[in-house]
Amino acid sequence: MPTNLSARFCTFVLSLFLIAFALPAFAGPFEDAVAKFANDDFSDTEEAIGVVASSGNTLAFPIISALQDGRLMADPDSKKVYVTGADGKSIDAATGQPVASVPDSASAVRLNNRLRRSVDAALGSLTLQSPNLGTRLQAAQSVFKSHEETALEAVDGALAKETNKSVRVALGEARAAILLFKSDATEVEKLEAVATLKARGDQEALALLTGMGDQPESVTKAAASAIGSIQNSLAVWSTVQNAWYGLSLGSVLLLAAIGLAITFGVMGVINMAHGEMVMLGAYTTFVVQEVIRTRFPGLFDYSLFIAVPLAFLVSGAIGVLIERSIIRFLYGRPLETLLATWGLSLVLQQAVRTMFGPTNREVGNPSWMSGAFELGQITITYNRLWILCFTLAVFAILLAMLRYTALGLEMRAVTQNRRMAASMGIATSRVDALTFGLGSGIAGIAGVALSQIDNVSPNLGQSYIIDSFMVVVFGGVGNLWGTLVGAFTLGIANKFLEPIAGAVLGKIAILVLIILFIQKRPRGLFALKGRAVEA
Amino acid sequence: MTPHMLTRSLDRGAAIFLAVVAACGILIPLSNLLLPAGSFLQVPTYLVALWGKYVCYAILALAIDLIWGYCGILSLGHGAFFALGGYAMGMYLMRQIGARGVYGNPILPDFMVFLNWQKLPWYWYGFDMFWFAALMVLFVPGLLAFCFGWLAFRSRVTGVYLSIITQAMTYALLLAFFRNDFGFGGNNGLTDFKDILGFNVQAEGTRAALFALSCLALIVGFLICRFIVSSKLGKVLIAVRDAESRTRFLGYRVESYKLFVFTVSACMAGVAGALYVPQVGIINPSEFAPGNSIEAVIWVAVGGRGTLVGAALGAVVVNYAKTFFTSGVLAPYWLFMLGALFILVTLLLPKGIVGTFIAWWESSNEKRTAAAIASAAVEDGVAEPKMVE
Repeated sequence: MPTNLSARFCTFVLSLFLIAFALPAFAGPFEDAVAKFANDDFSDTEEAIGVVASSGNTLAFPIISALQDGRLMADPDSKKVYVTGADGKSIDAATGQPVASVPDSASAVRLNNRLRRSVDAALGSLTLQSPNLGTRLQAAQSVFKSHEETALEAVDGALAKETNKSVRVALGEARAAILLFKSDATEVEKLEAVATLKARGDQEALALLTGMGDQPESVTKAAASAIGSIQNSLAVWSTVQNAWYGLSLGSVLLLAAIGLAITFGVMGVINMAHGEMVMLGAYTTFVVQEVIRTRFPGLFDYSLFIAVPLAFLVSGAIGVLIERSIIRFLYGRPLETLLATWGLSLVLQQAVRTMFGPTNREVGNPSWMSGAFELGQITITYNRLWILCFTLAVFAILLAMLRYTALGLEMRAVTQNRRMAASMGIATSRVDALTFGLGSGIAGIAGVALSQIDNVSPNLGQSYIIDSFMVVVFGGVGNLWGTLVGAFTLGIANKFLEPIAGAVLGKIAILVLIILFIQKRPRGLFALKGRAVEA
Repeated sequence: MTPHMLTRSLDRGAAIFLAVVAACGILIPLSNLLLPAGSFLQVPTYLVALWGKYVCYAILALAIDLIWGYCGILSLGHGAFFALGGYAMGMYLMRQIGARGVYGNPILPDFMVFLNWQKLPWYWYGFDMFWFAALMVLFVPGLLAFCFGWLAFRSRVTGVYLSIITQAMTYALLLAFFRNDFGFGGNNGLTDFKDILGFNVQAEGTRAALFALSCLALIVGFLICRFIVSSKLGKVLIAVRDAESRTRFLGYRVESYKLFVFTVSACMAGVAGALYVPQVGIINPSEFAPGNSIEAVIWVAVGGRGTLVGAALGAVVVNYAKTFFTSGVLAPYWLFMLGALFILVTLLLPKGIVGTFIAWWESSNEKRTAAAIASAAVEDGVAEPKMVE
């Protein structure tokens, strides 16, 4: 509106003045700007946003966030503007005084897409000076993402006051992002910006540099070299990321396969119901958490510590029961054992389905397992990290058990030569039962861990059973180190194949590779050496 | 001598079995087509299709019994050969739809038009001709089994190891066929069939003919299996089953025998799948599910492994029970029963229905013979043939 031109200019100059001296707002320009919201004109609204945002007035934040949520009501007749709170109470936007009610003629200030961007940027710069460190950091990052020119002054202002190092870095990056896209920034400023983005070196910096449009030649050159170096470092980080994912998958596979390796290694028994032992462990976790939720809500963070021994006992007891009632009658007939345990897995699945229903049950993460932290360019989630540590701990305990306890000694003896062990006075059938219980119990523990990253449903075990078999077959029987190497090899190979071939093709490729590998080493990587013609 | 009696009793069993299958194959279609609908003796069309499905399962069970019962190879991936045969037939049936599909494309099946494919992938060529599809029904499962078996048997992968990698094989195929860009219809599979050899697939006459054809295939498959197991080659197979190393040390090329019988068995499974698809009207990747293959093994175990007749009988009995229980109020308990069947058969009835019956028949025969020759000085040294892994 031409008549407003001089007023607009005045407001602009005044607002600059206000920022420069960080003076408290005078009644004039801030209130004028607020009144402009009532004009129901997009360009007036935009101007008002700019003035309000840079006013330093304590009302600025409530006004802009109300505008974003459609809670800023404007009365076109009286030119009064009101902020309606979420609780239904309203205040006068210009003065901050509570009002009894918003007049009926008032309606919410409308926004279009361009204005929404300005609102986001304004909110970003308003929060830049928040006393809360996290909020400031987040605000700086959101300015970096939007890189609206209007936020430059706010960023500069915040940068001058900021003392925290990481927020300073984030603000510097936000400033660089703005300058890079600012058409009237000098070449030197732009070169500095490119250097800052290069130092940041992530996907977003790359996106900014590749999409920066027409620039002076020197800037384009610098940007090209920055892009190259960022791409290199990203490639390294993505390798690290894949390796981490692979380790994480490997730990899950290891956890699911250890129990299987024990029963298969010691008893030569293929337990197709192994996956269901895992599932029972996961459901034990669910029951523990349900009890805690209803009776002792304060203990929720300790739920897993309670669930681990319980799951071991539940699955282990069921394992001993299975061995005593079914498997011991089938020794020497491994193929029949396979069929009987498959039948058992159907029964267990259906039993759980009948008791808990066919749908997924919710198992929560305790607070120390949720969230993530950044390591360089990769994000590491706590639950994956804890599961990796937990798996290694279980593995170490199991190794120590096999090495130093009487039961471990007996188990190793039976694995190596059952008849000789029996002749030496080892009660092989007792060892069998305990081994089966141990293997199943470890599967139960695996279930507790898997309940943290997977859906707890009656089919939970089935999705791991083939992979666990692959690990055991690949690693070799009768040697836990084989299982360890097998699990991590398969996990890492899987995650490195995934980006190349896609998730499903990668998995197929792994299966085919294992089938081929079995040709070369029919007894796995670390086969027990023996003199038997037929195992 | 006992082996004689065994063959004789089996022969009698085989004759009865063949007669029953042939009678079903002739009478059921005739009663369906000729008798008026609603008559007491008339077999409704849905039952013809259902029993046709059972007959196909019986052929699959025969194929499994041939390798498991007579050669000791427990394949947990035979459902893959069945499904591959089914897909070959399904591709033929898809091409027969022609321009009658939803999108009316004369060449491309609907799902390819839907995925915006411009032309037919090379591996779909030729499937518009029945003879080619029929050849592929045998060739594709046979080739896969040959390659797989060649790799596995040559490096002496046996026992549970072999079972597990056959399971991995069918699992890998399951994943592959679920992919849309694999070119076999993704998880919807192939369906909406119209014609087979110019006859409407849905028509009563076609269904009856398919049923008769399935019975014929069962008879032919049975005769082939009988021929194989009663030949000298069959004796070597049984020797491999009972003592693989000893057979090898005697100078037999164990791998070649195993490979031959594994490939024949896969082809039979392919034929079963090919007959199954037009009667059921759909083939999708879930046929590759490892669970299906294991279920097929339990049919054989229920009927009696190493008896052929028992395998076919087991397939029909278990599947009839499945239909009976899953269609009523007992549906939630079916998996309990199937699971219990796995456990109880392996624990209590290791020879299966037919095997147990033969053993009982023999022992009662023996008693009779023993009573008859009680006065004779010479006693027969009777040894039951052992069934060892």
